[in-house]
Amino acid sequence: MLGDTGNVSNKSDLITRRMFILSAAKITVFFGIIARLFYLQISENIKYRTLSDKNRLREWKVVPQRGLIEDYFGKKIANNSQVFQLHMIPEDVPNLDDLFFRLSRLINFNDADKRNLLKKIKKRRPWEPVIISNNLSWSEFSKLNLFLHEVQGIKPIVSVAREYGTDGASSHIIGYVSDVSVKDLENSPLLRKINMPGLKTGKNGLEKYLNKLIIGRPGYQRFEVNAQGKRVRELQFTEGVIGVNYKTTIDQEIQKYGSELIKGKSASICVMDVYTGDIVSLISSPTFDPNKFVHGISQNDWNELLINEKKPLINKPLAGLYPPGSTIKPIVALSALENDVISPKLVVECRGSIEFYGHTYHCWKEKGHGFMGLRNAIKQSCDIYFYEVARRLGIDRLAITAKNFGLGKKVFDNFDEEKKGIVPSTEWKLKNIGKGWVLGESLISGIGQGYFLSTPIQLCLMTAQLANGGYEIKPRIIDNKYAVQPIIDLWRKEFTIINNNLNIKNSGLKKLFHNKENIKFILDALYGATNEPLGTSYGSRYTSKEYMFAGKTGTSQIRTLTAKERELKLKNKDLPYEKRDHALFTGFAPYKNPRYAISVVVEHGGSGSSGAAPIAKKMLKKVLNRHKLRKRYQLDLFQNA
Amino acid sequence: MRQHFYKNNMSFADKLSAVDYFLVFLVLALGVISIFSMYSTEGGSFGYYTRSHIYRFTTFFLFFSFFSFLNINLWYKFSYIFYFLILILLLGVHFYGITSSGSKRWISLIVFNLQPSEMMKVGIIIFLAKYYNKIPANDVNKIRFLILPIFILFIPLSLVAAQPDLGTSLLIAMTGISVIFLAGFRLKYFFYLFITLICLAPVAISFLKPYQKSRILTFLNPEKDPLGAGYQIIQSKIAVGSGGIFGKGFLKGSQNYLDYLPEKHTDFIFTLFSEQFGFIGSTILLIIYALIIYRIIRIGMRTKNNFSRLFCFGFATSFFIFVTVNMSMVLGLLPIVGAPLPIMSYGGSSLLSMLSGLGIVMSCKIYEREQIN
Repeated sequence: MLGDTGNVSNKSDLITRRMFILSAAKITVFFGIIARLFYLQISENIKYRTLSDKNRLREWKVVPQRGLIEDYFGKKIANNSQVFQLHMIPEDVPNLDDLFFRLSRLINFNDADKRNLLKKIKKRRPWEPVIISNNLSWSEFSKLNLFLHEVQGIKPIVSVAREYGTDGASSHIIGYVSDVSVKDLENSPLLRKINMPGLKTGKNGLEKYLNKLIIGRPGYQRFEVNAQGKRVRELQFTEGVIGVNYKTTIDQEIQKYGSELIKGKSASICVMDVYTGDIVSLISSPTFDPNKFVHGISQNDWNELLINEKKPLINKPLAGLYPPGSTIKPIVALSALENDVISPKLVVECRGSIEFYGHTYHCWKEKGHGFMGLRNAIKQSCDIYFYEVARRLGIDRLAITAKNFGLGKKVFDNFDEEKKGIVPSTEWKLKNIGKGWVLGESLISGIGQGYFLSTPIQLCLMTAQLANGGYEIKPRIIDNKYAVQPIIDLWRKEFTIINNNLNIKNSGLKKLFHNKENIKFILDALYGATNEPLGTSYGSRYTSKEYMFAGKTGTSQIRTLTAKERELKLKNKDLPYEKRDHALFTGFAPYKNPRYAISVVVEHGGSGSSGAAPIAKKMLKKVLNRHKLRKRYQLDLFQNA
Repeated sequence: MRQHFYKNNMSFADKLSAVDYFLVFLVLALGVISIFSMYSTEGGSFGYYTRSHIYRFTTFFLFFSFFSFLNINLWYKFSYIFYFLILILLLGVHFYGITSSGSKRWISLIVFNLQPSEMMKVGIIIFLAKYYNKIPANDVNKIRFLILPIFILFIPLSLVAAQPDLGTSLLIAMTGISVIFLAGFRLKYFFYLFITLICLAPVAISFLKPYQKSRILTFLNPEKDPLGAGYQIIQSKIAVGSGGIFGKGFLKGSQNYLDYLPEKHTDFIFTLFSEQFGFIGSTILLIIYALIIYRIIRIGMRTKNNFSRLFCFGFATSFFIFVTVNMSMVLGLLPIVGAPLPIMSYGGSSLLSMLSGLGIVMSCKIYEREQIN
């Protein structure tokens, strides 16, 4: 038998013989396929050509409705509203030029629009609707309807589109939607799958972060059409899915209040619940009107946003990088205490400047603070004291504590625009700059200068984690009662352990400290900084118990002072804007039972005590006033389950 | 002095002159045609698919060149490891795979998502080629020597079928069986297997998923449900049929830019090609494929060792199967099973798998005088 093994001893002959059997089969199959092609393309060509010409099935996608974004109290921050649009189906238009001429007399339609439209038409299939105008005014819309019988191929449509509050208080955190770009398509397989004319996608902020589910899923309509392409009958309709609605932890009322406070400045405010990590407020100033982006921003508006030196498009709480300045001192002190490098009783004399390794290092107070203990040094923000602390502590131990408290890493998971910041260490410098660490750099790191860079949200998280007694929290911005329940359970357990002095170690919360007394000491020193004379934010204190807060100011230099400048004693307001110091403040309130942490950063705002603390003062009062209302929407943390 | 197993005394110039340049030319020609086809699916613009197809083809062509110059002994030595590596990836898909439109086929390898089931199409050949090279011809038909190949075939088969990806698992099965056939397994056993399969078919059908059943029913009578399951077959036939002798011309296909074929970049690329270039173009494409297969067989005939021979013949056969299954599918001769057209279809894993296979074939050519030791 052909190809049978029989007594073949030569293996390669056997294999080759088998190959010939297969080859014969292959040739047959190939001819089979050619015969099939011949049958389809030559014998039956006329039949299929007719079918193709008259292909009577056409498919339209229906743009899905985007989900809403609400604030903590159900107020809609990103809403959908009715818009009047004008669509055109190119193959139904007998004469494009004629149509354009008529349109130019009815609605706002100029030559540039015409060119854009022609470009779009070229790319699309002739029966797919092209959007001529996204957002017609009511008068244009009614005028069009009146003249509709005169023009063919256009269709006025009532549709829904994204609408944001006009105040722009939450523009940065919410972000905005706009037309799908080529880049969006490259980055998102989802968009490649569902893209269609008229679809909007989240470009940044929460709109981008939540895009996957908030965008919804398109519906499909399959129509039978006649030879001219007119829809004759609907054959199939798959309904689209409306996007998921999201509730955030943000309080829009506070957002508005805060954005008024820092209006015109290049600044940011973050407010966070120190237990649940709920972001109450996240404000970036100056702001912009996100509505302008929804239907494509005009070139003029865009340029205006780009050339503004205060950079309105940057989400400063997440993407602004600043040296933390003196606001890092509580962490430096804590790190030194935890590592047993110093005792709170360590006394250092501040004479306004000190010499180390041949360089002179200055204190902000030129005359010096005199003899200082640790509490006083935090309270009055003495730089000389912290040079000494940092010298003894070393950068690597400081870096560990700073990272523990949330500096140098992203606070949120998937926010594209968020920056990581820098927590320098010997290893970091070697890796990124390629040079060894210099001891002098440890000194300036001790006052939050040098390589240190952090975002306002990191500073807020750092303060919150001190204020809650030194526990790690995970900031949340999307509210979900199923996610918050376990967090609350953990805290209740922890409070039960603390209040009853139980000797159980683990409630499940991660402790960021070894010795509870160290955290207490730092919080008490921060009380001093705000509520005792000579404290750096004494001027911004509240005397009533209800609003009493504590916090640390910071003034971060963005340039090194030359000896000459120091002599001239230049005041900040005499300097050009871009050379002035950044003003920072981090704090928490109420002092007795801390609930909220805040960070305020005013770019080039002068000193922390005059530029940032007063803003924090007003903001905290507002937040505490709103607390009663907010409490009604959440589980009580301190009540035992 | 003992020579290292992968060193030999050929100079680089010798190796260069041993390359089958006609085969290289054919592969490149196919690559260029595939790029133009991709370009036409996007309505004549350098869109996402075209660009990434170009990147992939270029990258994997470099792989092909690199693989060609690896000594065939090296491939022989590592062929089991090669197989098990792919098997581990397949297992990885099972546990950590990426799910897309209902089936879990991909695994993320940071740089890109790999579909290990495609790689298995080559892995199975190289494993069985080594196995049958080792055992004497008279042992091929002994039952105890059949146990290992059956396991080696059955494990990836069931993993791929569970993804679920019936099409690819059938293709892997056919590939494996054809290598066993080439190794000289007795014909009458194949006949028995065939009879058993026919008897088992009704049982197997009861295990199929509803959509798989509907595909088979649709294939038998597409006009029954022209808007639902029969849609793809009908539209594909209309597109090919309306192409005529010379086709509608490059970028002039009308069916192409209607969204009738949801998988026009991948499985239905031949439909689009055939509509634009007609009977003549399709036949030329078919001839290119036939020539590639011919050149692979020719290389297999010339080598001095049975491993290379089995690999080349096995790869030629599976290459042939992939081409014809895909074409038969889009021409309405077979049910739609999800089989890409080698090199033409969009899809990195399939391209990588086919070009690696060709690379090994070229290595068989360059080291054709090599003895396997």
